[in-house]
Parts: sequence; C-alpha cells; structure tokens
Amino acid sequence: MSAHALLVRDLAKTYHVGEVDVPALRGVSLSIDPGEFVALTGPSGSGKSTFMHLIGCLDRPTAGTYLLNGRDVSRLSKRELSAVRNHDIGFVFQGFNLLSRTSAIENVELPMLYGPAISAKERRYRAAAALKAVGLGSRMDHHPNQLSGGQQQRVAIARALVNNPSLLLADEPTGNLDSRTSIEVMGIFQRLNAERQITIVLVTHESDIAEYATRIIGFRDGRVRLDQPVAKRRVASDELAKFDAELEERSA
Amino acid sequence: MSALVTLNIAVSALRRNAMRTALTALGLIIGVAAVIVMVAIGSGARSSIESRIRSAGTNVVTISAGSNQFGPVRQGSGATTTLTAADADAIAREVPGIRYISPGANARQQIVAEASNWNTQVQGAGPDLPAIRAWSLQFGTFFSSQDVVTAAKVAVLGSVVRDQLFGPGTDPTGATIRIKNQPFRVLGVLTSKGQAAMGPDQDDTIIVPYSTVQKKLLGITHLQNITLSTADGVPFDQVSDNLTVLLRTRHQLTAGAPDDFTVRSLEEMASVLTSTTTTMTWLLASIAAVSLLVGGIGIMNIMLVSVTERTREIGLRLSVGARDVDVLLQFLVEALVLSLAGGALGVALGFAASYTVSRVMQWTALVTPGAVLMSFGCAAAVGIFFGFYPARKAAALDPIDALRYE
Repeated sequence: MSAHALLVRDLAKTYHVGEVDVPALRGVSLSIDPGEFVALTGPSGSGKSTFMHLIGCLDRPTAGTYLLNGRDVSRLSKRELSAVRNHDIGFVFQGFNLLSRTSAIENVELPMLYGPAISAKERRYRAAAALKAVGLGSRMDHHPNQLSGGQQQRVAIARALVNNPSLLLADEPTGNLDSRTSIEVMGIFQRLNAERQITIVLVTHESDIAEYATRIIGFRDGRVRLDQPVAKRRVASDELAKFDAELEERSA
Repeated sequence: MSALVTLNIAVSALRRNAMRTALTALGLIIGVAAVIVMVAIGSGARSSIESRIRSAGTNVVTISAGSNQFGPVRQGSGATTTLTAADADAIAREVPGIRYISPGANARQQIVAEASNWNTQVQGAGPDLPAIRAWSLQFGTFFSSQDVVTAAKVAVLGSVVRDQLFGPGTDPTGATIRIKNQPFRVLGVLTSKGQAAMGPDQDDTIIVPYSTVQKKLLGITHLQNITLSTADGVPFDQVSDNLTVLLRTRHQLTAGAPDDFTVRSLEEMASVLTSTTTTMTWLLASIAAVSLLVGGIGIMNIMLVSVTERTREIGLRLSVGARDVDVLLQFLVEALVLSLAGGALGVALGFAASYTVSRVMQWTALVTPGAVLMSFGCAAAVGIFFGFYPARKAAALDPIDALRYE
C-alpha cells in the first residue's frame, strides 16, 4: 500500500447547491506511484478539477478514501489538512497567484512561514536555492510586475518546491503562457520529475501539454474514462529546438 | 507562525496602501486626540478651581448668621441678629480642634483717599484672619487684638483698593483714608490673591477690626459671620456638630426649631464644585468618545474592503498551509497595528492641541496619564473589536472559492 504516492478508492464528491445535489465526482479509484508524471484531462465539468482539489487536500471527499504516501488523509480536520498542504503538497496555478509588491524571494519564502519554525536566514537560503533550481537565481529581488509570465510561473514553481513536497499539483500551469514559454515551463516540470523523482499531477485541457507527462487520465462526467501511458512522450528540449527551427523557417 | 512575522506582514500590507491607511487612521487619531483634549480641559478646570479654593485657606469653616433651612418664616442671611462676638469667644473656649477664629461684620462703603475714591466691601474681622486665610502682607502690619478692643479706626487694604486709591505698587502705610466720613489710618496692604472661585475679586476689599464696623460704621452689636480654621486632621463633621450644639444652646433654640446660623466648610464647597467639573469632563469625554467609535467603524469598513480585495491572496496562503487562525491573526494584527498607530499619533496630537488650547485660550489644560492610557486603550479595543469581524470573515473563506475569486 505505502508503495503508492497516492491511492484513492471510490472517491466521491457531491456539492449541495440549494436543495439540489450536484455530484461532481462519482467514485474514482486509482493509484499513482512515486515519480510518476500524470496529466489529468477532460472537458470542463468532467470532475478533474474537483479530483485535483481533493488530492490537494483543499477539500474533503463526500465518500471514499484517500491515502497520501500511505496515510489516510480523507478524514483529517481542516487544521490537519493545512499541515499536509504545507508539508507534502506544492501547488502551481494558472494565474501564478504571486503576492504583488512582494519580491520573488519573499514569495518563495511564504510556505515556510506556515510550517515548523525556521530561522529567517535558513528561509532565505532555501528560497534562494529553490529560485536557482528554476533558473531565476539572478532575479530574486524582482517584483512580479517586473517579471514576464514565464518567469512569474517559475517563481510559483519555486514556491511550490521550497518545502520539498512529495507531490506537485499543477492546475493549467500553461494556460496563461505563450507556446514557447509553455514548453519551457513543461521542461522545468520534466526536469524536476527526472532529477528529484517528485510526483507531478497536472491538470490541462491541451492535449499537446498532456503529452509531456508519462500517463494520461481522462475524466468525463465525474468518472475516469481513460487511463493510459503516453505513447509518444514529448521532451521539452526537443520541442523547443523544433519550435525555434520552425520559427526561423517561417521568417526566412 | 511567529509574532514578528505576523507583525511584519501586517505592516507591509498597511504600507502597500499608505494613503488609505493614513485616512483610516485619521479617524482614530482625531478621536483619541479629542478625548485627551476634552479630559485635559476638564481636569485643568478642576485643578484651577481647587487651587483657588486652596488659596482661600484650607481647613476653613464659616458660620453665617441666618439659616438656609426651610421654616415657617424664613429670613434672608444677614437679617438675623443672634450671632455675636460672645458666641465667637465661646466657640474658641469650648469647641476642641479650633486653631484660629475671626468674627466678621461687613459693610459696603465709599472709601475716599486724598485724590480718588472707590466703593468696596469693608470687612470687619479679627486679628487671626490672615492666619485663617493664609494671607500675608505686602506692606505694613495687620491690626492687633488691642485694635479690636478699642474699635480703632485702622485699615488694611486689599491690593485692588490700594491700586485704585493710591496707584499700583505703592506703599500707602501710614496714609489716611475716609470711610463714612471718618478718618482711618492705613496699617498695611495685603498680597494679591486673585479672583475667588466663582466669587468676587478677593483683593477688592478693606479689612478693619470687626468691632469698628459694629460701632463706627453700622451701629450694631451682632455679627454677620464667624470664620475659623480647624487644626490639621480634625474632621469637619465633628467640628460642625460641636458648633451646632453649642450655638443652638447659646441661642436657646428649642428642639425642632431651625438653626439660626449656617455652618459651611470651604472643603465642602470645593467638593461640590469639583464634582460638577468632573461631570462636565465626563460629558465632554463621552462626546469625544463618539468620534473614537466612528473611527473604529472606519477601520472595520476598510478591513472589509481589504479582505475582499485580497481574497485570492488569502486563498493562496491557505493553499500553502496557512491555518484559519493564521489568516485570522494576520487581519486582526493588521487592524490592531492600524489602531495602535492611530492611537499613538492621536496621543501626540492630543498633547499638542492641549498645549495650544492652554496657550491661546489661557485655559489650564492638564493632560493626565489616566486620559492618555484610557484613550490609547480605547483605540486598541476599537481595533480588536472592529477588526475581528473582517478577520473572521477572511479566516472562514473556503480555499478553493478564494483561489478562484476574480
């Protein structure tokens, strides 16, 4: 059991909207191993976002069990879930969600403020290391409005990594980025996945982005309809070279 | 999360909207300053009244002829003729705890000096009066008990009378003045005491032996009042009771008949006046406190706006592991920092305004530590009270809804 990074059994979530029950997730069972890179796909309303929120411990299931690193977290209190989010999970969002008028390094330090007490010096050191890991070592004191979209998303990734979580959740991380920057960001995810064996779960509705993962899980109507390995995986460095070559061709 | 980090987050959030922070704090600044100034003016008025009463002499008890009690036939003070110098002697002999005593009979007269004249109160008194009233002489000497026995035509001038008759600052000792066409020799001049509390100018007076007023000016044998001072530590109630018993016996009043005299202490009058000004102070302070309340509502308003504006920030903080209590504290501390900063500036403004009022309007304004502590404490309480609702609203946000908020 504990060999799985993530194991869910009959996971269900029903929202109560007024008098009506809206089932968003109707019993999902699956497991993800450590070091897997999974893309969740599906149209809006398919339940992929709800599933993501549940495995991100942002919400609690109506029914079913959820084991994270072998520990049942589906019945934890709100406060215990906060600790799990802080320690075991890193989030990357479509809209970056950086604090404005706050430097990149202070944004990255944020998760450490809510964890076990760490000295200010140690916080700064670890945040700087995380920023260097995403290639932003030279822009630590820049504010979000001084950074490009891709750089902002890299700050957000550094923030997600700074507490060394075992699971990285990315919700449409390339949704606000242009094609080339999207490839770069996917490259960072692939590298983290390969170098650190970090488990990554990515929500996307773009099929080409999903092909950077190793496994695709498709959702529809609150159920898993597709679960298969990626046949022809895209590699970010190759894609980037291809992209630039195409660009040159077109301009020539 | 450490307290220092929380404080740091609050301060930087407030600095991000400096103008808005300043305007919100202004409400509290004005409120706190208003409370301090109002209390300062009130305390100043009280202390100046107290010091004027003290200047009239402490431990002073006056017995006036006539009664202010209700009776079948009531006569005004002064119409009663039963109070006599013999009563004063008996009091000095028989009532314990009396240090000085001075019989009194007054007449309003036109005073004529060589070049000018002046209408003033001629006070008949005993030689102990300066000791009772703690009143020293600027020039010359006071009259003696021998002068009382002989009903000598001698006078001691108050400084206002001296100024009117002889010119400011002069020493008229030895000069002659005429009262009711009789020559009086000036023995000395009293130092200036200033305006009495809610009464006439104490320096606008001439003091002569009471026997002289009785025999030479009015042709009466009774007294209008007796002024005495008690020894330190003797309670007024005890002296008052003894005086009442003695005088009722001497005046042969039957049980049930009203007193034909009134015993009053300056301390007693002082406490009445003081309690009046205290009431006024509280009234003023509570009006000022309303503005403190309005300032608090301003804080709540701006904190609610802030929570709404920063919904996504709250969502993010929750997603990276902030507990609801962390979010609650963050906003509560922000409101508290805002109100404490406003309170501190308000205290400073209150000091400045009190100083200005006392300089420009010539009022005594006394900034008391109590008022400062109270208004500062009120500001803090207002911050916590009005900051709590927005902070709780922030802490109760659902992380998913907050993250999606546009």
